[in-house]
Amino acid sequence: MKSYMKLLVVLMPVAVLAGCSSPKVAQKPAPVEDRSAPVATPSTAMPSAPATPGVEVLAAPDKGNFAGEELVDPLKDATGLLAKKTIYFEYDSSEINDEGRAIVEAHAANLIKNPNLTVTLEGHGDERGSREYNLALGENRAKAAQQLMQLKGVPAKQLEVVSFGEERPADMGHGDDAWAKNRRVELIYK
Amino acid sequence: MLRKMMLIFLLAMALAHPARAALTIEITGGTEGAQPIAIVPFGWDGQDALPTDVAEVVAADLHRSGAFAPVPRTDLISQPHEGPQINFVDWRVLGVPNIVVGKVRPSGSGYMVQFQLFDVFKGVQLTGYSMASNAQELRRTAHQISDLIYEVLTGKPGAFATRIAYVAEVVTKGKSRYSLYVADADGYNPIPILHSAAPLMSPSWSPDGKRLAYVSFERRRSEIYIHDLATRKRDRVASSQGLNSAPAWSPDGQRLALVLSKDGNPEIYILNIKDNRLQRITDSPAIDTEPTWTPDGARLVFTSDRGGKPQIYQVNANGNGGKPQRLTFQGDYNAHGVVSPDGRSLVMVHGQGNRFRVAVQDLSSNDLRILTDTRLDESPSFAPNGAIIVYATEVNNRGVLAMVSLDGSVRQRLTQTEGDAREPAWGPRTHRIKP
Repeated sequence: MKSYMKLLVVLMPVAVLAGCSSPKVAQKPAPVEDRSAPVATPSTAMPSAPATPGVEVLAAPDKGNFAGEELVDPLKDATGLLAKKTIYFEYDSSEINDEGRAIVEAHAANLIKNPNLTVTLEGHGDERGSREYNLALGENRAKAAQQLMQLKGVPAKQLEVVSFGEERPADMGHGDDAWAKNRRVELIYK
Repeated sequence: MLRKMMLIFLLAMALAHPARAALTIEITGGTEGAQPIAIVPFGWDGQDALPTDVAEVVAADLHRSGAFAPVPRTDLISQPHEGPQINFVDWRVLGVPNIVVGKVRPSGSGYMVQFQLFDVFKGVQLTGYSMASNAQELRRTAHQISDLIYEVLTGKPGAFATRIAYVAEVVTKGKSRYSLYVADADGYNPIPILHSAAPLMSPSWSPDGKRLAYVSFERRRSEIYIHDLATRKRDRVASSQGLNSAPAWSPDGQRLALVLSKDGNPEIYILNIKDNRLQRITDSPAIDTEPTWTPDGARLVFTSDRGGKPQIYQVNANGNGGKPQRLTFQGDYNAHGVVSPDGRSLVMVHGQGNRFRVAVQDLSSNDLRILTDTRLDESPSFAPNGAIIVYATEVNNRGVLAMVSLDGSVRQRLTQTEGDAREPAWGPRTHRIKP
């Protein structure tokens, strides 16, 4: 499965075919590295047959013929760090652990690469102790992630911090497992 | 029957609106040593049945206080309704030191309610009033009678004719609905004043009982509102960058202590409500939050982790009072400190491992006593007479409200018929009649 997931841009021919109103056969895809992808009907296309009114003939390219691989949204690539959008904390702590640090840094790199993206860092806590203190603790956690991102070069305007304290638990349970899931910062892309 | 430890009053709700989740009250402990009192059913010579059994409400109030054990109705030897009808000799034989008699008469579109409290052994009236009421107010009138009886017999004012604000959350098909309720102190008449799809937090009463300050996330972040209960007018009073949380009304009603993180981390501020002037009180890189006022309004008590773990501190409220002073030293988690109305005790959430319980610290000896036997307590709030503390806890995976007397002996629980109840704030006494 992993081998499918390389980040190669190959979808341009599909876009071209989808945009055609007259019947065509599938053409060979442009090479992946070819940035001057065709915008008009390629010369390799066979002459169009007269269209039957009411009939729309669509191309059905065989994916297997493509030299490239399907584009995967890195934010949804389950094997990548960017698909992880929650980091977890110890009790009464806003210190980011190694796993959390790797996740935050991956998102920081992504935000630097995509300056039009913004992320809300949403801090949460478990239910133990007082609600107002947990609200403040949630903010400290979100701010710890914000500071790490800014340290990595993410401009402040791409980041927003909000705390929900213990008001929005990820797990409604009342034990250690639930609490561990609830002490978190969620990274929410806009 | 009233002597039984477990006593459940199911609260009948007049309105069947699904949002009107009722509260049930359950006495879970502590009626030993209570003083017997005879509360005779009140006389009524009107046409239709009364909407409220006044004597029953009074008996339930006095029973819940833990100080009194009302004689079961079936054990009452006679049913007098006014002084001259009482045969004190009979009641002396029963060993009941006090008797309450009364009657209700139709009066205009409402009622006149009369009651008298007697010392059985001396045969003298201790207090007695005639009070105008109506169908909607009859329960409140009964609570006022309870307050008067309680004050005459214990020397301390009652807190029965008061209200409690709290937050409720009901989850339907995975979606939460948050509501802010105001209910009578016995759990009756819960009235929703706000519903929201976003969390609501930290209700705080104005000292006149007319307004509530609270935190709402309706704009996807914590902001502070002041809500007028009669006019339903809402004002957003704090919406700065970062946290806007933990509002606490000053005893003089002019100011709100609150927490803002606009300058980088959570600090305590005082907002002058009239002119919106903001004064910063704390200055530390740590969390400073959940301020409450001492009863004299001179100081603020708050939670801070400036020492590494959350502990309770106090600071002068005038803004130039110097360094905050630490109040709690036992254990590594003490939060949500509230000073009792008499200024002598500090109630807090005291954490020990995974147990978080309401505890009280004597402010002169610094002795700490744990008052509860639950494990996830939060948000303690004093009744205006200081005798009872209402707090939130978790029982059988439900968020419930619970009450405990300051000596830990009397315990009650208020459970929503549906969903969770939390963050109780006991309102002020607004209609006090001096006995």
